[in-house]
Amino acid sequence: MEFNLSLSAVATDHRAVPMDKNKVYDVIIAGGGPAAMTAAVYCMRKGVAAGFVTVDIGGQVGETSGIENYLGFNYIEGSQLVEKFAGQMKQFEIGLSEGYAVTEIKDGREKEVVLENGDRYRAKSIILATGNRWRKLNVPGETELTGRGVAYCAICDAPLFAGKKVAVVGGGNTGIESAIDLAKIAEKVTVIQILDRLTADKVLIDAMQQFNNMEVLLLHEVKEIQGDKTVHAVVVKDTVSGGEKSLDVQGIFISIGLMPNTDMVKGVVELNGFGEIVVDCSCKTSAPGIFAAGDVTSVPYKQIIIAAGEGAKAALSACDYILKE
Amino acid sequence: MSLFDDKVKKQLQEALKPMVNNVNLALFTQTLECNTCRDTHLFLGEISELSDKLTLTVWNFQTDKDKAEQYGVDKIPAIVVLDSENRDHGIKFYGLPGGYEINSFIRIILEMSGLKEQLPDDLMKRIQGIKKDIHIQVFISLTCPYCPDAVSTAHRLALESEHIKADMVESSTFVPLAIKFNVSSVPKTVINGTQEFVGTNPLGKVLDFIEKV
Repeated sequence: MEFNLSLSAVATDHRAVPMDKNKVYDVIIAGGGPAAMTAAVYCMRKGVAAGFVTVDIGGQVGETSGIENYLGFNYIEGSQLVEKFAGQMKQFEIGLSEGYAVTEIKDGREKEVVLENGDRYRAKSIILATGNRWRKLNVPGETELTGRGVAYCAICDAPLFAGKKVAVVGGGNTGIESAIDLAKIAEKVTVIQILDRLTADKVLIDAMQQFNNMEVLLLHEVKEIQGDKTVHAVVVKDTVSGGEKSLDVQGIFISIGLMPNTDMVKGVVELNGFGEIVVDCSCKTSAPGIFAAGDVTSVPYKQIIIAAGEGAKAALSACDYILKE
Repeated sequence: MSLFDDKVKKQLQEALKPMVNNVNLALFTQTLECNTCRDTHLFLGEISELSDKLTLTVWNFQTDKDKAEQYGVDKIPAIVVLDSENRDHGIKFYGLPGGYEINSFIRIILEMSGLKEQLPDDLMKRIQGIKKDIHIQVFISLTCPYCPDAVSTAHRLALESEHIKADMVESSTFVPLAIKFNVSSVPKTVINGTQEFVGTNPLGKVLDFIEKV
């Protein structure tokens, strides 16, 4: 039996305070991953008044099991790294709002951040570090059945599909890793890939050969997910012949990559073709006083260490901007 | 054979060191017809050896019916986390908290012992405003890295309010219950059988759901 202990001592010396609606912050940081937390530490050490608004602390890092390429740690659990980041940030008296997503950014000399619960906070500058989320298929049934057979985290939810038939959408690394996790426990796993080949690394494709309960459908796309209380079937279309068929499955894991959380800044800052925020080498966006860092930006290679570095840079750029304004 | 290897044992010992007051773990078990009861008993036996502030009391679910009733235990294996005075705060683990869930288990032991992060005043006020009986069930799997957060939040609410009870439920151990609540993604939190959400939410947002009950 495994025990994945990752607990650092319960922090009792946190000094973060609730966000203040009446205050004009020097900088508000939106997001909760490594870019956002690094930016927060840099801002607080510079002595500027900073606020931090996020849905959750940790972002994608909190969903990662093992990390072996963040320097200083040969191996660290994602949740453990998040605790270290958060502990370092919360030692400062930073304004903190957790639990509600940013729905709107209003630009101007004084900028405003609007949250999904209606809260509004003002600042002279903004750092956007809102990261990525799982890309959705956007087919009928997906939203309604999420958490009822439609899933995005195979390591979390695989045990719930023991002895069942499941589909995995996506032939990249995440898709094939998910398929392997599921094949160990499910009755049958069907991988649905829109391309004519799998794009996962060779080691993973080799590893999947040892399972005889796995089927791969190349050149197929998902048209619909069917079910009432839970998923019953997935309708797929052969992209060559155009023929459709229904797969009898109780679960469908969607692993078709990530998309940036930029809905709240459409029309405010320039985005590229992938929907990412375009930044220059000092993390400036197209709007003066709005900076961006991490996976939400056009910077290539989505890595924790890169996001953290970009967060530091965005903070220094923002501090510079505040000083000059 | 022991469940913990030397490395894990040392880590757990270290993690339990900051405990302030004693904590008593009450296990409800039986010898037959409970697949995971034996391992859960072993687990608690080993962990309670790792701190002199931890004690273990074992009850038989069949023969100690009055005790099961007193703590509201309706299935096994069940672990009830009690404070130094043996008081019940409505905090339970149904199933063995192994894998990633060891983190929520250690966390509530520390919090129950008195070592806890202070909650902001506005949240404490909202918790104290809850006068209805609330029962939170958090369905988890042991391979889910962020499930412990959902469990810890529910347990913390139970610790702060006499009206709130919170259970961790290991989904593979209690399959019919997981099916009853259509659990196919974890963590899934069910409040009084009516309000529910999938994923982790900070304490304030869980209170939003509780206040809707």
